[in-house]
Amino acid sequence: MKILTLNNVHKIYNESEVQVHAVNGVSLEFDKGEFAAIVGPSGSGKTTLLNMIGGLDQPTEGEIIVDSTNIGSLKPSGLIDFRMYNIGFVFQAYNLIPVLTARENVEFIMHLQGRPRKEREARSRELLEAVGLADRMDSRPSKMSGGQQQRVAVARALASKPKFVLADEPTANLDSHSTENLLDIMERLNREEQVTFIFSTHDNRVVKKARRVITIEDGKVESDSTQK
Amino acid sequence: MREYVKLAWRNIWRNKRRTLITAASVFFAIFFALIMRSLQLGSYSNMIDNAVTLYSGHLQIHAKGYWDNKSINRTMVADDQLMGILDKQEMVRQVVPRLESFALGSSGPQTKGVMVMGVDPAKQDEMSNLSGRLTKGKYFQPAEQAAIVGQTLADYLRLGVGDTLVLLGQGFHGATAAGKYTIKGIVGIPKPDLDNKMVYLPLQTAQQMYMAPNRLTTLAVNLHEHGDLSAAVTNLRNDLSGSRYEVKTWREIMPELVQQIRSDNASGWILLAILYLIIAFGVFGTVMMMINERKREFGVMIAVGMHKIKLAVVVTLEMAFIGLLGLLAGIAGSMPVILYYHYHPIRLGGEVAESIKDFGIEPIMPMAWQADFYASQTLIVAAIVVVAVLYPIYSITRIRPVKAMRG
Ligand SMILES: Nc1ncnc2c1ncn2[C@@H]1O[C@H](COP(=O)(O)OP(=O)(O)OP(=O)(O)O)[C@@H](O)[C@H]1O
Ligand SMILES: [Mg+2]
Repeated sequence: MKILTLNNVHKIYNESEVQVHAVNGVSLEFDKGEFAAIVGPSGSGKTTLLNMIGGLDQPTEGEIIVDSTNIGSLKPSGLIDFRMYNIGFVFQAYNLIPVLTARENVEFIMHLQGRPRKEREARSRELLEAVGLADRMDSRPSKMSGGQQQRVAVARALASKPKFVLADEPTANLDSHSTENLLDIMERLNREEQVTFIFSTHDNRVVKKARRVITIEDGKVESDSTQK
Repeated sequence: MREYVKLAWRNIWRNKRRTLITAASVFFAIFFALIMRSLQLGSYSNMIDNAVTLYSGHLQIHAKGYWDNKSINRTMVADDQLMGILDKQEMVRQVVPRLESFALGSSGPQTKGVMVMGVDPAKQDEMSNLSGRLTKGKYFQPAEQAAIVGQTLADYLRLGVGDTLVLLGQGFHGATAAGKYTIKGIVGIPKPDLDNKMVYLPLQTAQQMYMAPNRLTTLAVNLHEHGDLSAAVTNLRNDLSGSRYEVKTWREIMPELVQQIRSDNASGWILLAILYLIIAFGVFGTVMMMINERKREFGVMIAVGMHKIKLAVVVTLEMAFIGLLGLLAGIAGSMPVILYYHYHPIRLGGEVAESIKDFGIEPIMPMAWQADFYASQTLIVAAIVVVAVLYPIYSITRIRPVKAMRG
């Protein structure tokens, strides 16, 4: 089932003297349940592309359709709600709200969605168990390692039951052990619960775990392949 | 909402020192504002009390037109109907009849224009404790051919107790008013402009001198409660409308005192405004710093689906907490001080105190205790917080998550 379509998407930055064509005519389709990596050297346009998919940035040209909604047609405040209900985000860093515990962070979006307390508590417990942090539920982010924080971020991204999770270099700040651990968790959630993950990286160990690898360079799709 | 309150409360303790410094600035501003205003308001009511009891009364009743043209010919006879109306006003504590006019006073070679006030000895004493202000001599009896004069005037005319004062003026309907009176006592009057011209005579003595038997210029009326003034005036003006009498309040009788208080009060407000500005800039600076530090975090929160308006609510709550902290501390800190000095007024010392005491006034500075002032301060601080966060809030609505997270 197709959940995400990009049609000839362009992004041109005009902010400085030189024009930057960060994304240059990208067309892609994603099905439910994918575990896809977007790979490319620094400056190739990965972040720009993921931001547009996540509705955080508008394409200069082209359209992005999530589950039959063209997100370019949404008003700013509608877009915020759209993100809250449809997309899970994991960023490279500064993901969590520092004054909230792991569990409160996971519940945060469910709060925004106005879900009842019982449901929030049950789901946050379940998700934190799934990412192996059942014993750290009441810790604040500053008391957790970078890897643990990213696992909380994954749990939070899933809390809202999004259509897919976008992760922009989620392992960039992690050591190799934590990287492996986070990827295993993401893979398991993908396999067992059919959570769709689209993540960017330039780490080869991460690339190896992906089932689909999309390589971009200079804002263009170089290759798009499925591995084992 | 509980979630936002929780977030806001925890957020302000992320930077304890800054929160405490900001709250402390609110505390000090409020503390000084409250103390300063209490002293000011206290001194105003002290001034008013003095002037009202010494001279004017809370309000006065005259023959219609007397106040605008103070002639001995515009005197009145206080008839039973008028006294009946005053009697039935429950707010009225005391009615003091007087005959006031001008005369030339002389003693030996010295001559000076004086103000003659014929008073009912007992009633005037009850109103302004005249006998208690005597610095020399004794108080007079009804109908005695004796005078009591202000200290400065006595000095000027070189009068001592037992000396004779000659008064010469214009009596009722053009008659000559003249008389010789023995100085029975000398009083210190705590209003210099009165102390240098007051000559008190017993009422009947004055009426004889001015050839105006039974006539009065003034009924000075005192109330039980200062706060009843406007109600009492309204009532009396109603009851006396269309009559031969007019009702004037102490404000109309002593406009210079009103003016003096008003200009002093204005300077008080300027100081208050400066204190409010300190609060406003303190809060503004803190909230700007805080927003800058937390840009990335705000970016993430907006990205995952938090509306900016909710973020603005959290930030406003944070500042409200800090403002409230300072405000409550300021109120809690100043309340005991103000209450204490309200009931145990500050005693002035040194020369100032001596010169005030010479006038027969207690050298004290009471603090006013006014609950509504606390309420208005609370509202003002709340308004300041709201104003101080307006721009910061606006800057939140302009955060673009992509940019905030990259920065
Ligand atoms: N706001 C912006 N204004 C101007 N140019 C920008 C802006 N954001 C990104 N770019 C440029 O667009 C291009 C793509 O940037 P992008 O951040 O998407 O690359 P990336 O693949 O995520 O790189 P990295 O691996 O370093 O994160 C780069 O040349 C970058 O300098
Ligand atoms: Mg990037």
